[in-house]
Amino acid sequence: MIVSIEKCHHCGACVGSCPKNAIFLNDLVLVFSDECNRCGRCVKLCPVGAITMEAKK
Amino acid sequence: MRKIEKDIVVVGAGPAGSMTAKWAAQGGADVLMIEKRQEIGSPVRCAEGISKHWVEEVGITVNNKWVAREVRGAKIKSPSGHTFLVDEKNAGNEVGWVVDRVLFDKALAADAARAGTEIMVKTSATSLIWENGKIAGVRAQTYGEPIEIRAKCVVGADGYESQVGRWAGIDTSLKADDIDTCYQYRLTGIDYDPDYCEFTLGSAAPGGYVWIFPKDEDTANVGIGVQLSKVKHPADPKMYLDKFIAKRPGLKKGQPLEAVAGAVSICAPLDSVSMDNLVLVGDAARMIDPITGGGISIGCIAGMCAGKVLAKGVKANDLSMNTLQEYETMWRDRLENKQWRNWMAKEKLTTLSDETLDKIVHTFSQYGVEKLSVQDLLAVIKRHHPELVKEFEELI
Repeated sequence: MIVSIEKCHHCGACVGSCPKNAIFLNDLVLVFSDECNRCGRCVKLCPVGAITMEAKK
Repeated sequence: MRKIEKDIVVVGAGPAGSMTAKWAAQGGADVLMIEKRQEIGSPVRCAEGISKHWVEEVGITVNNKWVAREVRGAKIKSPSGHTFLVDEKNAGNEVGWVVDRVLFDKALAADAARAGTEIMVKTSATSLIWENGKIAGVRAQTYGEPIEIRAKCVVGADGYESQVGRWAGIDTSLKADDIDTCYQYRLTGIDYDPDYCEFTLGSAAPGGYVWIFPKDEDTANVGIGVQLSKVKHPADPKMYLDKFIAKRPGLKKGQPLEAVAGAVSICAPLDSVSMDNLVLVGDAARMIDPITGGGISIGCIAGMCAGKVLAKGVKANDLSMNTLQEYETMWRDRLENKQWRNWMAKEKLTTLSDETLDKIVHTFSQYGVEKLSVQDLLAVIKRHHPELVKEFEELI
C-alpha cells in the first residue's frame, strides 16, 4: 500500500476500519503490517484518497 | 522498567474515558488515565453538536467556556430542498449546543482530575499485560520510555481506532454498511442561519448526510458522512462535500480555518463490551447513534455506568465479570434499545431514493410532528403516505 503524506490527515479512520488490524499510525506515519491482505477497504475508506494500492508484481 | 500500580487504568482521555475515570475515582478507586496525545481534546475529530438533556445526569456543569453556540433547533433538508424544522416544541431538550471539543474534553478531564484521577499525557498503551490467563494492566510508552501499568481493570476508551478491545479479543469489527467516512471544514465568512443545525439528506451524501453546525455568526463546521458501502471512488467524501459547498453561494464564499477527516461506526450494539478485568466505553465500544453519528452523550452515559461499577468492584476487590456484568446491564438498559432501533431505521433510510426522501421530509414539514420519536414520525407518514411506511412496519 502507498500512502501520500501530502494528502494524509493522520485521522486514523483507516486504522479503526481495517478488518485485519494491519494499519498503525506511528506519530504521523501510517505503517502497514504483514497482516495486510490488500483487501482495499482503506483505499475506499480514506476520506481524502491518500491510500493507493501498488500494482501487483 | 518502571512499574505503576493502580486500581484502574483508563486508556484514552476523550469524554467517555474522562467520565469513567471521574465516576470511578469519586467512588473511591485509585485511577490513572493515559492519553497518547500531548494535548487532551486536540486535534478535534468531531462535528461538535450535542443535545442538552443528558448533561446534568452525568454530572457535567455547563460552562460557557466550552459552549460555542446555543442553537434553536435543526433543519432537516430533503434532496430538492424541502425543510423540516425541529425545535424545542417537538424535540424538547434534544435541541442543543455546538461545543468546542478542545475545551469540552479538557473540562471533563479536569473533573476527573478533581475527583482524584491521575493523568498522563504523551503516553500510549502498547499492549495488554496478561498474567495466568487474566488481564493485569497495560504496557505503555510515556515520552518514549516503556512502562508497565498494573491495574485490576483496564478501560478501553481509545476511540474509533481502538486497539484495547482488539488486543483483548473482543470483536469490534465493522461491515462496510456500518461505517461512515467523513470530512469536514470549519468555514468562516459564510452566509447562513447560525441559529439552526442543518442536515441535508439524499444523494448529496450517499448513505449519510451533510451537516452545517454553527460555531458563530459567520463560522460553522460544514461536513459530510458517506456510508463506506456507497463510496465508488477514493476521496468521494471530500469530493461530495466540495460539490455541496460549491452549489451554495453562502458557503462558497467561505474560507477554511481547518479540515478534519475521520470515520464513525453506525452499527448495531455490540454483543459484549466487557470481560474479566476489562471494559470498553464510547466509540471504542462502538457506542454511536447510527442515525446521527453522534456519540458524546452515549459515551458519557456509558462512562458513568462503567465508573460506578468499577468503583464497586474495587471495593469488593472483584473486577471479574461477576461485578462487570452490572456495567453491561446498566448501559444496555439505558442505551441499547435506541441504538438497535436507530440502526434498523438507518438500514432502511440508507436505501431510500431522493424522491422518497423528498416526500417524507415534505410530509413532516406540511403536517408537523408533535414529538420527535421514530414512532411519532412514522405515524405521520402512515397517515399521509401509507405506501412509504410498508418498509418500516417493523419499527412501528
